Amino acid sequence: MRLNVTNLACARGGFALLEGVGFSLSPAQALVLRGPNGCGKTTLLRTVAGLQPALAGEVSCPPESIAYAAHADGLKTTLSVAENLSFWAAVYGTRGIDAALEQMNLRALSGRAAQNLSAGQKRRLGLARLIVTGRPVWVLDEPTVSLDAVSVALFGDVVRAHLAGGGMALIATHIDLGLPEADILDLTPFKATIPHHGSGQFDEAFL
Amino acid sequence: MASLWEYANPLKFMRTTDWLLPVVAVAAVVTTATGLTWGFFFTPDDFRQESTVKIMFIHVPAAMMAINAWVMMLVASLVWLIRRHHVSALAAKAAAPIGLVMTLIGLLTGAVWGQPMWGTWWAWDPRLTSFLILLLFYLGYIALWSAIDDPDTGADLTAVLCLVGSVFAVLSRYAALFWNQGLHQGASLSVAPGTRMDWAYKAPLYISMVGFGLIFLALVLAGTRTEIRARRMKALVARERMV
Amino acid sequence: MIALLVRDLRLAFRAGGGFGLGLAFFLIMAVLVPLGVGPEPDILARIAPGILWVGALLACLLSLDRIFALDFEDGSLDLLATAPVPMEGVVSIKALAHWLTTGLPLVLVSPVLGLLLYLPPQAYGWLVLSLALGTPALSVIGTFGAALTVGLKRGGLLLSLLVLPLYIPTLVFGAEVVARGAQGLDVATPVALLAGITAGAVALLPFASALVIRINLR
Repeated sequence: MRLNVTNLACARGGFALLEGVGFSLSPAQALVLRGPNGCGKTTLLRTVAGLQPALAGEVSCPPESIAYAAHADGLKTTLSVAENLSFWAAVYGTRGIDAALEQMNLRALSGRAAQNLSAGQKRRLGLARLIVTGRPVWVLDEPTVSLDAVSVALFGDVVRAHLAGGGMALIATHIDLGLPEADILDLTPFKATIPHHGSGQFDEAFL
Repeated sequence: MASLWEYANPLKFMRTTDWLLPVVAVAAVVTTATGLTWGFFFTPDDFRQESTVKIMFIHVPAAMMAINAWVMMLVASLVWLIRRHHVSALAAKAAAPIGLVMTLIGLLTGAVWGQPMWGTWWAWDPRLTSFLILLLFYLGYIALWSAIDDPDTGADLTAVLCLVGSVFAVLSRYAALFWNQGLHQGASLSVAPGTRMDWAYKAPLYISMVGFGLIFLALVLAGTRTEIRARRMKALVARERMV
Repeated sequence: MIALLVRDLRLAFRAGGGFGLGLAFFLIMAVLVPLGVGPEPDILARIAPGILWVGALLACLLSLDRIFALDFEDGSLDLLATAPVPMEGVVSIKALAHWLTTGLPLVLVSPVLGLLLYLPPQAYGWLVLSLALGTPALSVIGTFGAALTVGLKRGGLLLSLLVLPLYIPTLVFGAEVVARGAQGLDVATPVALLAGITAGAVALLPFASALVIRINLR
């Protein structure tokens, strides 16, 4: 049970952003992707999650093992916290949202409509969804945005618990996660090189 | 024997059309001019329709190309979806406005012809209705292309729309036939072209048809070249920004 | 799958879900047409099948852009795409939810509106039957259009331009069923063609819609 990424190249809007990205995750390991804004962190995560095809290289992991969490939490504002979570539990075929509510400290809010939550509470609900999926590989995009210090620590604990249970986490961020033990991969060296131009070739614009 | 698919390479396409486009363009102008001049000035007036019949030399080729352009877009879309050749997608994009204009020419010349012949600019005849529907399909296709920024996404989405649209365009054609028969039995106004037509008309008509076909080809080639250049320009601008 | 259907229905019925808008539009349409055309019963009776069908079509169109737009904006479409449910299933469920909240109510209230428009008595059955057979196709075709335009800024207007031409065959055969029924003619052919279009659309279009959604999410 490993997540292997080999020689991966990915593109956004028809232009290559990253190339030659390679890393490997084994159980109980977390990897943090770093790099300046626009360097392709989100694109890389979307490629790993299977939302967009890779230009080159491959992502190999057992099928149905990745749980992806984007910038947006995918919450339905008119549904309650419990209803939001139960929906994802049903989609992933897992039972029980109690553990997730407990771990993300959402128990007291479970009956409240998502539109009445603060930004940090919404984010916690979004992360509780990950626990509900029961998937071993978490692919997280900026998970701690809009969380306060206490919630960041809470998030760190949840990820640690997930890792302790044999899970893996691939996290893109540019701020502190409260996960000092995680490995760090800086994406800057993998920036796609610009092919030599001036040759007047017309196929260079087509990837 | 080189494979036909080599021309799907943008570079190869540009090189080939460098000399092919002028040849086709000149051939298109010469053929169309010959066909139309012959048709307009050197054919006898029809004993019933008099000189209005000569609208046929524009109307029929334009209507024919209006349909052929959509068929060409359908084939190009399939090639793009199956083999991912960019030139194919861009050719489909370039063909759409030309097909739209051909449809408009067909409808307008039809109206001009219909007024003296049938006493009306417009009739909800199945054939006319089908062309109006075809116009709507062209408009939707072009609007979708223009709404999407990412070129490959645009190519994919419009290709799927073209496939689905083709099925519904054919269904609409039969629906129009059914609808008109259902409401006004047997009152079809359309004149089937080519029936009981003398060679004095047929010859210039065929030449005009070939001419319109060549015009379409020349415009598609020119349009595709423009699209390829625009695409490259976009890439270069983005690259400048990245450096 | 069922969970998705339940969620979509729940969202539609909650505040701000927009349930009933299409129905209200349908009703307004049936009130405005006599005001515009005049109250003569024979004219209204003649145009009633067409008016009711065009009204149903536009009422369906009204709520199409909500099918995917909300899920796209809040990110749940990305999450659904990575969830263990096939995208073809997701779009089918979305179309079903749209039909249950828009098409089915239209079918149910159409006899009342037929009354307002002096629809001949023998046509009521055909009106309900034709709408029941035809509106699922409107939802499925509309879902395809919504999938094409998801994520586009000016999607709403474009959606109508893309979807309305695709509605033509359904409209023609649907209105024809009612018109023939009103005249007491044989309706077997248009009913069969209408059902055929619906069956074909329901069976095949979800594949196109799912493909298009995946392309749009890239």
